[in-house]
Amino acid sequence: MNSHLLEITYLIASVGFIIGLKMMGNPKTARNGNLIGAAGMILAIIATIFLYPTEHEVAQIVYYLIFAGIAVGTIIGWYTAKKVQMTKMPELVSLFNGMGGACAALIGLIEYPHVMEKSGDHTGLLICIILGLIIGSVSFSGSIIAFLKLNGTLNKAIRIPAYNMINNVLLLAVLAFGAYMVYSDVSITNLYLLFAASLLYGVLFTIPIGGADMPVVISLLNSFTGLAAAAGGFLYANQAMQTGGILVGSAGTILTFAMCKAMNRPLSNVIFGAFGGGGAAAATDAAGGSIKDISVSDVAVLMNYSKKVVIVPGYGLAVAQAQHVIHELEKLLEERGVEVKYAIHPVAGRMPGHMNVLLAESNVDYSKLVEMDDINPEFPTTDVVFVVGANDVVNPAAKTDPASPIYGMPILEVDKAKNVIVNKRSMSAGYAGIDNVLFGYDNCSMLFGDAKKVITELVSELKNL
Amino acid sequence: MTEILNFIAENRQLIYIIILSIFVGVEVIGHVPTVLHTPLMSGANAIHGVVIVGAIIVMLNLHPENTLALILGFLAVILGTLNVVGGFVVTDRMLEMFKKKK
Repeated sequence: MNSHLLEITYLIASVGFIIGLKMMGNPKTARNGNLIGAAGMILAIIATIFLYPTEHEVAQIVYYLIFAGIAVGTIIGWYTAKKVQMTKMPELVSLFNGMGGACAALIGLIEYPHVMEKSGDHTGLLICIILGLIIGSVSFSGSIIAFLKLNGTLNKAIRIPAYNMINNVLLLAVLAFGAYMVYSDVSITNLYLLFAASLLYGVLFTIPIGGADMPVVISLLNSFTGLAAAAGGFLYANQAMQTGGILVGSAGTILTFAMCKAMNRPLSNVIFGAFGGGGAAAATDAAGGSIKDISVSDVAVLMNYSKKVVIVPGYGLAVAQAQHVIHELEKLLEERGVEVKYAIHPVAGRMPGHMNVLLAESNVDYSKLVEMDDINPEFPTTDVVFVVGANDVVNPAAKTDPASPIYGMPILEVDKAKNVIVNKRSMSAGYAGIDNVLFGYDNCSMLFGDAKKVITELVSELKNL
Repeated sequence: MTEILNFIAENRQLIYIIILSIFVGVEVIGHVPTVLHTPLMSGANAIHGVVIVGAIIVMLNLHPENTLALILGFLAVILGTLNVVGGFVVTDRMLEMFKKKK
């Protein structure tokens, strides 16, 4: 009776995941979709605690520990998620993803010794346990590295000679060792060796990847954790875990490829061909050429007498928390009859859609956010392009310099506009670690300073005009 | 080899679920505007927190005198809950901003 009820609950939860994810694909229904997914999850968790048919009587302490664990996780998770700033969202997603991976890995660590107690053939069980352990561990350590990188703790792409070779050998070794463990005798030493090797691979896999590619990596690790959860689903023949896990695995993979497509780079290039190297040095000269400063009041005058201004937001906008004041600037210009639009590059910020989320926070009208392919033909008729804290996504080297590491990535063709104003904190290179030839162009002027401070000044200058 | 074939035959229902779920995932995500990519990734992130169910099952099957396993299981429950709660709350916060502006 109980187990039937449990199965039906899992069915409802699975449908909840699918419908929830589907509804999240539309801005109107997205929020309810998320709640439906959450409701499915709560149902699955409660049903598992009370209805799962165990082999023996469950000790009281186990229930206490489960409830205590859920309470601790809920308090910390809720508090962190509520408190964190919008700019830190990508890091947080990466961190929570790592927690899921670690959970899957721990399940593997606990279940493996149990196999010893069971008689008969358990190849299938071992495959699930070992796959879950490997994928979960890689996802955990990889996500933590991604978190540290986005956080700025680890900000250099690290390359050592023959890196890819070492990485691939380690991957093959981990897989071969995992396969060996399925067929060899159960050994706890081997289990922890495999755990350590998988963790190491996760670190090595993520550490050489340049910052600009981080969204792709997070998406990939996200789908890894999905697969680890699915391996657990196989282990327990648990439908909710299977549907949820596989759903995320395939959805994450699609999302990963969509992001790679936006950057016009194959996934293998992102993973194996980290940014940096020769092209960067070549581009330096061009950028070092003739860089012009412009004052805030000049920008105010220029914008005031323009017909059309396009704002290109980037990560710098998020860091400076300048989303509200940029909206103020936009409203002020619109009042003066200037047409204002935002050009959104698919990988602007640290995640796809990062800029949209940020600008939505300050109530910028949806219809003003224009995607790359739609805005590019409009640049030749634009009077002023205002680049705020974006860099690599407007670097013309991606089109003109085959030696550049970002060559081939589609960019916002801001150099075609009459005037380009670039707001940056300093001349330092963008997240990809390469210099921007745009800054040396004749129609480009630099407005140095913190985005929020500079735009606030700009707004007050405009009000005086 | 035989073991693997047996495993596949015994679990063919699971394999069906896997294959169909892959198609559902592709179908569900296929036509999403870029605007929603970040919240969607975050939402998917919360959903794979379903791994918590596995952690709970592990705990329920444990012998109470197996201290190491109890500690690891307890950790797994905490981490899984973090994934679930944090994931859904962060997603809700992101989506809340989309709603407000209408």
